[in-house]
Amino acid sequence: MKIGFFVTCLVDTLRPEIAIASIKLLEDANCDVHVPSQQTCCAQIAFNNGDLETSKSIARNVINVFEPFDYLVAPSGSCLSMIKVHYPELFKDEAKMLERANNLSEKSYEILTFLNDILDIKIKKRFPATVTYHDSCSGLRELGIKSQPRKLLSQIKDLKITEMHEPEVCCGFGGTFCVKYPEISTNIVTEKSNDIKNTGADILVGGDLGCLLNISGRCSRMNIPIKCFHTVELLAGIDDCLPIGKTK
Amino acid sequence: MPNTNTEFKYKAREALKDEQLQQALVGVKQGLVNNRLDAIKVVPEFESFRNDAAAVKQHVLENLDLYLEEFEENAISSGAIVHWAKTAEDARQIILDICKQNNAKNIIKGKSMVSEEIRLNEALKNNGLDVVETDLGEYIVQLADEPPSHIIMPCIHKTLSQITQLFRKNHTDIHKADKNYSVADIVNEAREVMRRKFLSADIGIIGANFLIAETGSIVLVTNEGNGDLCSCLPKTQIITTSIEKVLPTLDDASLLLKVLARSATGQQITSYNTLLTGPKQDNDKDGPEEMHIVLVDNGRSKMLKTELREMLRCIRCGACLNHCPVYGSVGGHAYNSVYPGPMGSILSPAIEGLEKYYDLPNACTLNGRCESVCPVKIPLTKILRHLRNEQFKKRLNNKSTRFSLKLWSFFATRPKLYHRFNSLFINALNIYINILNRCSAIPVFSSWLKSRDFAPSQQKTFQQIWQSRKEND
Ligand code: SF4
Repeated sequence: MKIGFFVTCLVDTLRPEIAIASIKLLEDANCDVHVPSQQTCCAQIAFNNGDLETSKSIARNVINVFEPFDYLVAPSGSCLSMIKVHYPELFKDEAKMLERANNLSEKSYEILTFLNDILDIKIKKRFPATVTYHDSCSGLRELGIKSQPRKLLSQIKDLKITEMHEPEVCCGFGGTFCVKYPEISTNIVTEKSNDIKNTGADILVGGDLGCLLNISGRCSRMNIPIKCFHTVELLAGIDDCLPIGKTK
Repeated sequence: MPNTNTEFKYKAREALKDEQLQQALVGVKQGLVNNRLDAIKVVPEFESFRNDAAAVKQHVLENLDLYLEEFEENAISSGAIVHWAKTAEDARQIILDICKQNNAKNIIKGKSMVSEEIRLNEALKNNGLDVVETDLGEYIVQLADEPPSHIIMPCIHKTLSQITQLFRKNHTDIHKADKNYSVADIVNEAREVMRRKFLSADIGIIGANFLIAETGSIVLVTNEGNGDLCSCLPKTQIITTSIEKVLPTLDDASLLLKVLARSATGQQITSYNTLLTGPKQDNDKDGPEEMHIVLVDNGRSKMLKTELREMLRCIRCGACLNHCPVYGSVGGHAYNSVYPGPMGSILSPAIEGLEKYYDLPNACTLNGRCESVCPVKIPLTKILRHLRNEQFKKRLNNKSTRFSLKLWSFFATRPKLYHRFNSLFINALNIYINILNRCSAIPVFSSWLKSRDFAPSQQKTFQQIWQSRKEND
């Protein structure tokens, strides 16, 4: 099957490892993966800041570029829900575009959902560690991603999942929210970081780089010794990869 | 004109530093959230109740005029007097006129958010009337001369010792200064003060949770029974409520009561559920001689015609506040509006203008937890985004936000340039990250770096890496 991989801006610039790991997992499952160079962003920033015209022109580009593929797969719940849930909303008054948006929506998947629900991959790895999983908001509430990452992770031998007290509570990232209201955002991510610390886990995993940068950045500042990874990185093997937010 | 309203930001900062408030908010975030969970756990059909409740409220909004007419007709035939108030000012005037006609001096009030919305207490006080709130929480914020900070728990921001101090100052005749007050002591002292007020009141003003079209009745729920005393003891009764509270039948009210208490406080049912139909009848032993129902519009019929329509399904349970991480961080007063939290971030700009409340629709991470617990399934994030779009169209966002958005969309709509820009950006970021970490003058970065560390993971973008892989293949 021919897959158009939607990289997302954050992964493209700040954590290419996530794309590399995703593509490895897809190729291991015999997918024919393409990364169209005509893609840019999913338009979430414009959409959440009320700029619908810009959102539409970016959405049109995404639809044009990814229409030819059997599937669109992206390593982020929030970008995917932009494409899957909000593109059809954007074009609700333009019949032709709406049809195209709906078609793309139907074949668009967040990576973990795709690996678990469509490809049903088997992970044959051993990784002795205790991890805790943060449910990023858009993925959880707009796409219903909850069991898939946990199912995939639990296939890794010797890996133990320990849940936070409140894994479903927002981490305070919220896209531009974290820079528009930095103090409130900090308060929210501080609570999240403490919740993570109290699990005693060695590793935090999640499915959205925005949240992971936010949490890893805050934990590092608070001297909480936790390593943060995207779920696909753990599934693909992180032997040669530093945790998010750490440099050599 | 671009908006420069920084009040929310300022108040939020103060609230984050207020240790007592932060302590109190833990009770909201943990206590109320867990109470709700426990309450719905034992009701497997709760989700279908939510769907039905949302459908009933939506149906009412689509036929609001019809149900309001039916309600009015039946309320009048039960002996009530119905008043229509288009604006908050109209509502205040109607109520002041009723007070005047009755030569009223002392007024007791049950908890009513609509009366807060129309700023009724201030108007009554300015006209020489003595008005006392009888819901304990409302009474406490009244003593403190503060607005409520939560729509169902008005004094959630206050600690026991702060309340004791307030009582000491205000109840000089009965307060025992040397005693260590417990919650029960507070309740007893308030009860003693209030009994006197109840017995000497000329008028009782209460709110309504629902209006029943088929019978012309009002439904009121309280946990203290104070609403019942306000409505039965004084000779004249005024019910201040808003037009979207109407429901077709008593059965509908019973459905909504099932979701209301569980969502609000996590009770299976609120302690006092009162149904009031008309004033005292000839064979009644007690009850008010006059019953006035003031139906307030105050911008609601305008909202009906807009994308904000679904907000009018709200039954004021407060669940969205309890589950909101922003409310949980800053509490109610930071919003500087009668209605705080997610529902307030929509209602306040809708009623009083997007300009005045610029920050409210923006101060939200769009995490959607609010709508996942809303008993009438209001799409709160969708409506908040809609308000942001209205602000954008009215050019209310500040210049730097507009400029950054424009700049970003310039690149995002030009793929070649975009990738070029990204690789330059990431290159520069790698070189200058140490400087960025130390320099607090660069807006976006400094907001981030003030409380978080940051490090890019590679010198190259993924697109660059992918290109070289393709070339090697
Ligand atoms: S918006 Fe929903 S959750 Fe919030 S107060 Fe209204 S009914 Fe309750």
